[in-house]
Amino acid sequence: MQDFGQAFSLAFHLLWTADADLMEIIGLSLRVSLIAMAVSCAIALPIGAALGMSRFRGRGALIILLNAMMGLPPVVVGLCVYLMLSRAGPFGWLGLLYTPTAMIIAQSILITPIIAALSRQVIEDLHGEYAEQFRSMCVPVRTAIATLLWDARYSLLTVALAGFGRAVAEVGAVIIVGGNIDHLTRVMTTAIALETSKGDLALALALGMVLLLIALVINAGVMALRMTATRYSYA
Amino acid sequence: MLDTITRYEGRDAVGIDGADEPPVLPCDARGLCFEAGGELLIDHVDLKLGSGAVTVIMGPNGAGKTILVRLLHGMLEPSAGEILWGGRTLCEETRKRQAMVFQTPVLLRRSVEANIAFALRLHGENGHARCMQTLEEAGLADKARQPARLLSGGERQRLAIARALAADPEVLFLDEATASLDPGSVLAIEETVLSARDRGVKIIFITHDIGQARRLGDDIVFMHQGRIVERAPASEFFEHPASRAARDYLAGRIVL
Ligand SMILES: Nc1ncnc2c1ncn2[C@@H]1O[C@H](COP(=O)(O)OP(=O)(O)OP(=O)(O)O)[C@@H](O)[C@H]1O
Ligand SMILES: [Mg+2]
Repeated sequence: MQDFGQAFSLAFHLLWTADADLMEIIGLSLRVSLIAMAVSCAIALPIGAALGMSRFRGRGALIILLNAMMGLPPVVVGLCVYLMLSRAGPFGWLGLLYTPTAMIIAQSILITPIIAALSRQVIEDLHGEYAEQFRSMCVPVRTAIATLLWDARYSLLTVALAGFGRAVAEVGAVIIVGGNIDHLTRVMTTAIALETSKGDLALALALGMVLLLIALVINAGVMALRMTATRYSYA
Repeated sequence: MLDTITRYEGRDAVGIDGADEPPVLPCDARGLCFEAGGELLIDHVDLKLGSGAVTVIMGPNGAGKTILVRLLHGMLEPSAGEILWGGRTLCEETRKRQAMVFQTPVLLRRSVEANIAFALRLHGENGHARCMQTLEEAGLADKARQPARLLSGGERQRLAIARALAADPEVLFLDEATASLDPGSVLAIEETVLSARDRGVKIIFITHDIGQARRLGDDIVFMHQGRIVERAPASEFFEHPASRAARDYLAGRIVL
């Protein structure tokens, strides 16, 4: 118990003084997960829009597959990315293993299905509403896609935030492909996982609190977005 | 059968710019059928629509009015028969010069002004001034910045009509555009429709309101069970309905 209390006060001290190591870890975490979110959005939003707007054979199966992939186990994704990037793997020559880029790749693979599946639903609902009018007005496909994405922006932003939340809190994949190397690939979750076992409870606790805070901020942001959108009846 | 009404000369021979655009009108539908769920919902309909004038389509619920208009506008594919607009089969070019207002208008989740701007941009037009002028005419200028979905039923309908007219169509379909509106809004919409007609826009107007049909209609198309059972100039139709179905309908009896 002595330990525990000490760890707590040390954790607060680290946060209060904005300890350099702590800040570096937080910064890297945010950077990796934000980039992963951006990359995923770039891939997943067009997929979601295309799936939400079109009707073709095998679409149902594709949607089921996508929904199933929302639950991809992070360690499996980590393992696959590791195999691809390891020296013996097909992309070994890129020398990306144990770099932040590898972590971005892993997180992107993890959250792309999430963003695609959720945005598919959002776009499909809105398309159901707009389709007749668009057909009557002869709206070109490109304009239709752009209009749907723009008019659904509040909902899509919450989808993106959900993806970010999942990425930043995930540990299994980044620990395999990143390796928790100090000053290089150490992010919040890997630091917590490994420093706890090494006995550095203060750092782990401080990071844990930051993670909770981020989760809180994300959820508050989602809530605020929803409320704004509803208030102005844009969603 | 009354095929062409020339009381109001539309812009028929040449397009609105007098350019080489082929004419949209007349519309000539022959042997039109629409089948769904094993039922013939539109049953061998022949219909000609000349330029100008307001054609009112009437008929009991389920007669097939909405389906007919959707077929004419190219929202549905007929299962048999053909539709010619200006002598050609319905193509994108022709459809772009038509507009349709649905019974429950679909508005974009944007501001009132942005809804008009969207329609204008589709036709290569831009500009705040043009938008505001359109809204002014629709009596919605003071609501320009308001989200369209917060408008009242009548205002939504007015916006939908303003949006349809913003694109400067040559043919305008309205499917019960004034159902569930207050008398003032109904008259405002009727005025808009009539002034569009006076500019030469061909109006095809579905309504159940007999008074409205009298006020607006130059000729009446009466439908029953997927067929056109009667077509006549308005005065003739209301004075001497030829079919039993039309007589029952006008007398407020259930049409069998
Ligand atoms: N896709 C469809 N499949 C099967 N039946 C349909 C379909 N669409 C419409 N119907 C049926 O076709 C008939 C005519 O429909 P329509 O909407 O044209 O009627 P309407 O004349 O517009 O009636 P109302 O005055 O009530 O609007 C109705 O009985 C309707 O149930
Ligand atoms: Mg109808």
